[in-house]
Amino acid sequence: MSAYSVELKEVRKSFGKSEIIRGATLQVPKGERYAIIGPNGAGKSTLFNLISGRFGMSSGDILLNGRSIQGMKPFEINRCGLSRSFQITNIFHRLTVYENLRCAVLWSLGYKYSFWHRLNGLRDAHERAEAVLEQIGLRRRRSTPAGLLTYAEQRALEIGITIAGGADVILLDEPTAGMSRSESDNAVELIRRVTVGKTLLMVEHDMSVVFGLADKIAVVVYGEVIACDTPGNIRGNAKVQEAYLGGHAPAEEHA
Amino acid sequence: MNTMTSSTGSATTATTSTMRFAPINIGRWLVWSLFIVLLVVAPLIFNKGAALSILCQMGTVMIFGLSYNMLLGQGGMLSFGHAVYSGLGAYFAIHAMNLASGGSLPIPVSLIPLVGGIFGAVFGVLFGYVTTKKSGTTFSMITLGIVELVFACSLMFPAFFGGEGGISTNRVMGQPVLGISYGPQIQVYYLIAFWLFISTIGMYAFTQTPLGRIINAVRDNPERVEFIGYNTQWVRYLTLILSAFFAGISGGLSAINFEIVTAENVSAIRSGAILLFTFIGGVGFFFGPLIGAVVGVFLTVLLSDFTKAWQLYLGVFFIIIVMYAPGGIASLLMMNVRLMVYKRFGKVGPRLLAIMAASLVALVGVVMIIEMLYHLTLESSNGTVMKLFGMQVDTAAMTGWLIALALITLGGFLFMRARPAFRQAWDEANLEIEEMIRKEHA
Repeated sequence: MSAYSVELKEVRKSFGKSEIIRGATLQVPKGERYAIIGPNGAGKSTLFNLISGRFGMSSGDILLNGRSIQGMKPFEINRCGLSRSFQITNIFHRLTVYENLRCAVLWSLGYKYSFWHRLNGLRDAHERAEAVLEQIGLRRRRSTPAGLLTYAEQRALEIGITIAGGADVILLDEPTAGMSRSESDNAVELIRRVTVGKTLLMVEHDMSVVFGLADKIAVVVYGEVIACDTPGNIRGNAKVQEAYLGGHAPAEEHA
Repeated sequence: MNTMTSSTGSATTATTSTMRFAPINIGRWLVWSLFIVLLVVAPLIFNKGAALSILCQMGTVMIFGLSYNMLLGQGGMLSFGHAVYSGLGAYFAIHAMNLASGGSLPIPVSLIPLVGGIFGAVFGVLFGYVTTKKSGTTFSMITLGIVELVFACSLMFPAFFGGEGGISTNRVMGQPVLGISYGPQIQVYYLIAFWLFISTIGMYAFTQTPLGRIINAVRDNPERVEFIGYNTQWVRYLTLILSAFFAGISGGLSAINFEIVTAENVSAIRSGAILLFTFIGGVGFFFGPLIGAVVGVFLTVLLSDFTKAWQLYLGVFFIIIVMYAPGGIASLLMMNVRLMVYKRFGKVGPRLLAIMAASLVALVGVVMIIEMLYHLTLESSNGTVMKLFGMQVDTAAMTGWLIALALITLGGFLFMRARPAFRQAWDEANLEIEEMIRKEHA
């Protein structure tokens, strides 16, 4: 087994003539928390879509736990232990919060496409869904249709669905986008809690979240990873300052 | 949320342990018992004239509608070709009956619906593989293509499909078993009722399984389902096969009931009818198609006896439902039930009555005009005088038209007058209820 959970090797992706990802290389060791930052349009979300199998890559390779995911469908990658969240909330609107989470645990518990099990008789699925419900703090909203939750609650559910299957590599795409300060503080706490012992890769714009959570930061500019280092070193990195921070280091007090 | 199968062993162990999350649901047992009672006594209450054969037809359409709703309501798959599965099931069932009465296939009539179901599922495996590769509009288009294909085949292979005349049979065969020969219609009714009950339980149980829940998730957000480990194509495919199985059962029953199967059984018209009925009944609720079947068969069979314009009425009714009550009759019922449960119906009820009375007045006017127009264009050779609501109306004279217009104007005016008050009461009551629900959850 590889020491890296996720390994990107010279990954390239073009849409028509325009090349969005131009030879990105990155190694994420097991159990570490990485943040991907970069200016708008740098290709952060595209990178996520490649790793999670939403798009196929044009060239290069991505290894998940040492295994190439070339040509794999999203559900196959998910079955290999990678789970992702979405920047735009992507939940099951008409199902209740509890049902959302129960759906998310079914495959990993081996129930697959069963139409011979009685859903309410599945203790393990029930207990796991309840446990995640507790973790993401939505116990009181258990029977509410997910579409009726507040924005912050939907974001929490989004993370809940992502982690419920027990994947050991978690990809979060801007988990705190559009949240107020206090909401995003809660979200950071939640993410820290639910990703203990897991490999975390997240795209984030909010620097206080990045510096609060990440062990290392990868900076993506024009489809390339131009630097990958500890938060302290990234702040001092001249190349990064020039390309991304424009000389304005993120506010110290949040770090 | 437990099912009818909650009496099984696994459920008992689940309920007796520390966390009771699947208690025996008395309400549910009550509903199912009521359903049995209804099925048993329905032919005793409605025993006049053609009532029994209408009940039989409703029973088969109910199974068909429920199976269609597995796709539309539970899976978000708008199929234009569901009659393929019921129709082909019916063809195989009727051939099986002919073989059985010839003595070459030892199968009792009671089990013939199962033959229909099995062949429905077989064609589900075949056609479903193609249709469920895509979802959304593409799925709908392919189903339309398949139903046209099968319909065309039915005229190309007369040996199997019987050409224009179809295939007929005689359901009375061999010696009666326990006095059941399926000669009298009432015996056929109870056979249909039995299979309806079994199929309803089966399809309800499906909604309470992992696949049944994941197909809901696929309906809501197929993309996300791919990221929780499921191949959405397989989810749709398996659901379609199961749905085709139940459609085939309804086809088998209709073969027994009518003793004839024609190309009409596999047509786009039949497929469109079940879409209409199911939508009118309500796709958002499991029992919606049951209501849809009652209303649909009622309109097509009974209304067509009274008026030539029945298809127009059915079409207009469908459009009104789509536009103003997209949840169908079931959702209208449930919204009013909710008002009653939260004790708000008292406020809304009188206003609802007022608006319904106004609509009725306008409706009478509209029906008069439509009927007179139909008479004028289609039956004018028999004279201009027609019977309308028990009165003699001369379509050539102004009086009838003026009365109709006056009714429409009056009804419309009253409707406009009553609407704001109704809407306000309705919105207020529902806001209050939502507030109460929020407090309950908090």
